Amino acid sequence: MSAVVHSRYRAATSEPALVRWLLIATAITFLALFLLLPFAAVFAQAFAGGFKVFFAALADADAVAAIKLTLITAFFSVLLNTLFGVAAAWAIAKFEFRGKNFLITLIDLPFSVSPVIAGLVFILMFGSRGWFGGWLSDHDIKIIFALPGLVLATVFVTFPFVARELIPLMQAQGSDEEYAALTLGASGWQTFWRVTLPNIRWGLLYGILLCNARAMGEFGAVSVVSGHIRGVSNTMPLHIEILYNDYKFSAAFAVASLLALLAFVTLGLKTLLEWRHGDELAALRGH
Amino acid sequence: MRNAGSIRLAAEPASRVRFATALLFSCVATALAANVHAATLLNVSYDVARGLYEELNPAFVADWKQKSGETVGVDQSHGGSTKQAHSVIEGLPADVVTMNSPLDIDAIADAGLLPKDWAKKFPSASSPSWSAIVFVVRKGNPKALKDWSDLVKAGVQVILPNPKTSGNGRYSYLAAWQFARTQSNADAASALAFEKKLFANVPVLDVGGRDATTTFAQRGIGDVLLTFESEAKVVVSTFGADKFEIAYPSLTVRADNPVAVVAKNADKKGTAKIAEAYLQFHYGSVAQEIFARRGLRVVDAKVAAAHAAEFPQIKTFVVDEAFGGWPKAQAEHFATGGSFDKVVAEVKR
Repeated sequence: MSAVVHSRYRAATSEPALVRWLLIATAITFLALFLLLPFAAVFAQAFAGGFKVFFAALADADAVAAIKLTLITAFFSVLLNTLFGVAAAWAIAKFEFRGKNFLITLIDLPFSVSPVIAGLVFILMFGSRGWFGGWLSDHDIKIIFALPGLVLATVFVTFPFVARELIPLMQAQGSDEEYAALTLGASGWQTFWRVTLPNIRWGLLYGILLCNARAMGEFGAVSVVSGHIRGVSNTMPLHIEILYNDYKFSAAFAVASLLALLAFVTLGLKTLLEWRHGDELAALRGH
Repeated sequence: MRNAGSIRLAAEPASRVRFATALLFSCVATALAANVHAATLLNVSYDVARGLYEELNPAFVADWKQKSGETVGVDQSHGGSTKQAHSVIEGLPADVVTMNSPLDIDAIADAGLLPKDWAKKFPSASSPSWSAIVFVVRKGNPKALKDWSDLVKAGVQVILPNPKTSGNGRYSYLAAWQFARTQSNADAASALAFEKKLFANVPVLDVGGRDATTTFAQRGIGDVLLTFESEAKVVVSTFGADKFEIAYPSLTVRADNPVAVVAKNADKKGTAKIAEAYLQFHYGSVAQEIFARRGLRVVDAKVAAAHAAEFPQIKTFVVDEAFGGWPKAQAEHFATGGSFDKVVAEVKR
């Protein structure tokens, strides 16, 4: 199929065949070395102890708790970031206001801040000696070393994903359809639910998937704010670290392979989205 | 729903946030509340004690059930000793801490979470078990590394973790210092010179004890690993007695594993009595037996005698006597501008 396309448009590409093949071979070798090989290694190591060890590692009470906690943390983080992302993208794409560029820069901040810093920030705010620490402990509210801390840290790290996907999409679409809806008598909410949301749904889903993938795999920030209590505040990445440090290599890679599988599912869904709704996602390719 | 909510909120404004938090995370709580007991202790501990407490905790739970009829739970949290101490200071609600360095419990005491005289609350300076720095060498000890003086010879590669960031590293450094200082015609200057020679032979300085173990045992770097005897036994049993063996130097340092009740947290949670009993349990024959089987030296004379074959006689010194206590040793050797900084600066050049 692609060969046909290539031969028909050969005039457009003047490179000799050898150069093209070399380039393709280089790319594939690179992919194999840096992506496929490590993945294969993860699964090979996961099954090194046999299927029994593999499933025992996943059925272990602490592993189950870690998987649950990871899913719960990712759920809340993605929920919060979806709400925020839609609101921010809406404000940025549809309205003109002062400080807009500043807001866009702020949204990108988590990309450039180390996750460890993100974790430490929350310790500074909510730790016993932090700004709100005394008040929180007086009222018996636990933030860091508990689920809220894990969610906060994850939200911080995955902050840009949904907003970053939606902003170019909404900017490209403009506000014409919303204006039309308003002139036809729709209320603000009706416009949002019936016009804006259907227009951005695939982009939104795409953003949510990326956000989710990152949220489940987050290590640095979560490691700082987690109390590392087995079965209570260990997420999957933290559990993997513990198993690895305990020389339980097969168990560590069993859990790692599950995390990798979750990433594969996300990747698969993403590819499916691109394939089915490529046109609507076209605006995303701009960045 | 909204009305009911606002009445409740208006009546008790102080509980508003608590109510909202409870509402928000109630579904989560059910998912996480798998192990709810009458009382649950949180034991915040050092990194490599994970397996140890997986065995010790159920024994305590059974013991307490038999004695009092209550079912308690013990949660474990493990990490680098100093990092764990920081977490407790920042609000990790530990009922007890079980560490591998008194320095870390001192830090928690300085933050006001437990009394400064914690070391006097339980027998043997509140340390139910201890270990010592030993040498792990490759099978057959091909370079004949038997004592500290062998480590500074040309062509020997020594692996130990960074004394700035790890307990093992600090203990190893002080043991080498003490050895050099107690030779004939020795003084502080010759001890410093000895350390410089030693660290000139160190190719990698890892952050923590386990990292150093991985460097030595798995990546195969170096001729000798300096680490705690308990960790050395793990290396031999995990990677094979046909690959590694332990060598005992003529003099080494005793590293206590101290324990303490975090009084402020336990009082608040009403768990002080159980926390106390939990640490007392560490001194009983059941727990002492577990320690000994896990490669730790114990304070109970009977259990120690039963395991004498696994623990050769060694000559040890304690940091309190030889270096005037940990705060002093820390300031003189590991603080910025201390002797270790001088060693590193020299070796780099």
